[in-house]
Amino acid sequence: MDFTFNEEQTMIQGQVEQFVQKEYDWETRQELSNSDLGFGDKNWKTFAELGWLGISISEDNGGFGGSSIETMLIMEEFGKGLVVEPFLETIVMSSGLLDKHGTEEQKAEVLSAVINGDMHLALAYAEPQSRFNLSDVVTEAKADGENFILNGFKSVVMNGPSANKIIISARTSGKQLDNNGISLFLVDSDTKGLTRTDYKTVDGRKASDINLENVSIPKECLVGSLDEGFDILDQAIDRSILAISAEAVGAMEVLYKTTVEYTKTREQFGTPIGKFQVLQHRMVDMFMEYEQCKSLLYMATMKNEEGADDAKKAISGLKYQVGKAGKFVGQQSVQLHGGMGVTDELNVGHYFKRLTTIGTIFGNADFHLKQYTAL
Amino acid sequence: MDLTFSDSDLSFRQEVIAFLNTEYPSDIKEKQDKRITLDKEEIVRWQKILHQKGWFAINWPTEFSGYTELSVTEKYILQEELAKANTPTAIPFGVGMCAPVIYSFGTEEQKEKHLPSILNSDVWWCQGYSEPGSGSDLASLKTKAELKGDKYVVNGAKTWTTLAQHADWIFCLVRTETTSIKQEGISFLLIDMKSPGIEVKPIITIDGSHEVNMVYFDNVEVPQENLIGEEGQGWNIAKFLLAHERSGIAGIAALKRELNRLKELSSEIPLGESTLLEDPQFRSKIEETEIELTATEFTELRTLAAMSQGGSPGAESSILKIKGTELQQTISELFVEMLGYYAHPFYLENEIGSNETVGPDYAAPVMPHYLNYRKVTIYGGSNEIQRNVISKAILGL
Repeated sequence: MDFTFNEEQTMIQGQVEQFVQKEYDWETRQELSNSDLGFGDKNWKTFAELGWLGISISEDNGGFGGSSIETMLIMEEFGKGLVVEPFLETIVMSSGLLDKHGTEEQKAEVLSAVINGDMHLALAYAEPQSRFNLSDVVTEAKADGENFILNGFKSVVMNGPSANKIIISARTSGKQLDNNGISLFLVDSDTKGLTRTDYKTVDGRKASDINLENVSIPKECLVGSLDEGFDILDQAIDRSILAISAEAVGAMEVLYKTTVEYTKTREQFGTPIGKFQVLQHRMVDMFMEYEQCKSLLYMATMKNEEGADDAKKAISGLKYQVGKAGKFVGQQSVQLHGGMGVTDELNVGHYFKRLTTIGTIFGNADFHLKQYTAL
Repeated sequence: MDLTFSDSDLSFRQEVIAFLNTEYPSDIKEKQDKRITLDKEEIVRWQKILHQKGWFAINWPTEFSGYTELSVTEKYILQEELAKANTPTAIPFGVGMCAPVIYSFGTEEQKEKHLPSILNSDVWWCQGYSEPGSGSDLASLKTKAELKGDKYVVNGAKTWTTLAQHADWIFCLVRTETTSIKQEGISFLLIDMKSPGIEVKPIITIDGSHEVNMVYFDNVEVPQENLIGEEGQGWNIAKFLLAHERSGIAGIAALKRELNRLKELSSEIPLGESTLLEDPQFRSKIEETEIELTATEFTELRTLAAMSQGGSPGAESSILKIKGTELQQTISELFVEMLGYYAHPFYLENEIGSNETVGPDYAAPVMPHYLNYRKVTIYGGSNEIQRNVISKAILGL
């Protein structure tokens, strides 16, 4: 058993930590989030130059062949700075999937462009009726000669506005809730018949609703085998849960520390409010929730890396804990900051908002408790 | 003990329902149902309609309101039907807060000057209590009022002032004297918001809305006759006011409406071959909330019954504040949970209700409401402070 990081991993962690500290102060973050693009294109190029975009992509496909440990370290540091660049969406969710299951042509076309910072991706898996169930797919893809014709609707596609290509889950056979019969397609976002409605999300990021009306794509757009997209999608979401949980752990660390510092300086009744036992215990609970999440994060990341039989169960356990703890830490950070906690000006409310969306993305605590029980 | 309503109560309920059917303006109803923030004019218009019927200042002594007195049960029925119909909540600062202070502590001149305009919603009041350095420890407030000739000169800053952007007048706690016991140097002062030297600056909250403000006072001159009671009596007046607040009633009725709405909407959300409402996990959260809500409703009814027999609400109002606000937050959270991903698209106040929003048509205000309602366990004496009150006043700890 070993909880230490190797030299390369420690180096990456230090790099990202430094970037967040030096290049990502709060005003910068807010400016980027409020810009038309919604993040820093220059930052994205920096990520490419520093090699972060290709870190988890296999060496065969032009990456550095790192493990999910590197992704975890990057995401945890990003969580501390509430980084809005779509690393999760383009790299973890989408490139990871293509790296493992894309055709040679797809990988050649997409991965090097992604690693160089020239291409953005999105993964469109949710539908208005699907809630968190990846197999609940009514968007259809019908074979038509050398093409597939896509019809349907995809909900809240994160990073949709910036994505050059979108991986879309669609039903090629079976019934609405079947695991079998789902296929994945890599679709250019400017394909005729694909209409995006772009919007901001509450966590300061961007997403799209995507309508597909007779979208005709060549057969070569299929990712993985026909009708067998579910497992590929499910694994990509599992890796994404690990990544977003690492981000949550980083955000929780900042929140509990910020709150502790605030209660040391905010005086009421002639004494710092951190001297009140009821607040001390609350902050101890926040701290413990953070530690518990970190423990499950390490455990689940290692299990997934080792391909353990119970890795999937561990990931659901982690996401359950992150949902529960993120809510508690977020809400209590706001509460302990008093009125200041609900202002737009203070960063605390924004960390709370991101933890709120993280609690839902890829399934909320209820959903993963149910998954955990079933596995 | 009897839980049934009398025949006259039942006919009163019919009267309220009939009134709402004919008098609740459809344009306001539409905005309310879409959870669009109302303009000042709309709120005032509705308050005037209630006043015409004698159902606005229902907690005032009838000698000041000119109303026919309603029984405790009738007030309960009225609040419940108003909430059920999703009518706008009356702005409490004038009718529920400043007026009781004026008719309890004010001079005849003050009553004549202010009560009619509050009753008729012609003057909008806001509350100047909290300061940047004085939140939970309100008595440490520093905004200073110095008597010079026949005028007070006010300097300082008030914060979290709700809807000050609409206000004509503000009632303030100010320091008129530096005393060793800080509560003793506080006075209750009425200030015209048009006075030179007052500046209102918006505070934007995490839901993106402009509801609260900073109010700055720079050598603001206030006529001495705007002092309520005696100098140094301000803290006792503030304590009187705290115990006098009755906003809890409307809170419960609105919570019942929102919980029912939650059930209705979640029964339309598909979950595989079933619906979200049929999901055992989600369902049990709704049921738990309903039980807690029923308990809180009857705790309030018991308190009201005791008061109608001459008791004073005292620390019991702290129980209602804690339970009511926790329920508000729980329900707002369940709405977010219900929506799943469609809680995330984010729109500003002025975009809500437009055709631009995505997801179910009721989705856009849900997340802003959840975020905005983090305030309820902080304001009006944080729930931590309320627990201190109960611990001290009821448990004797």
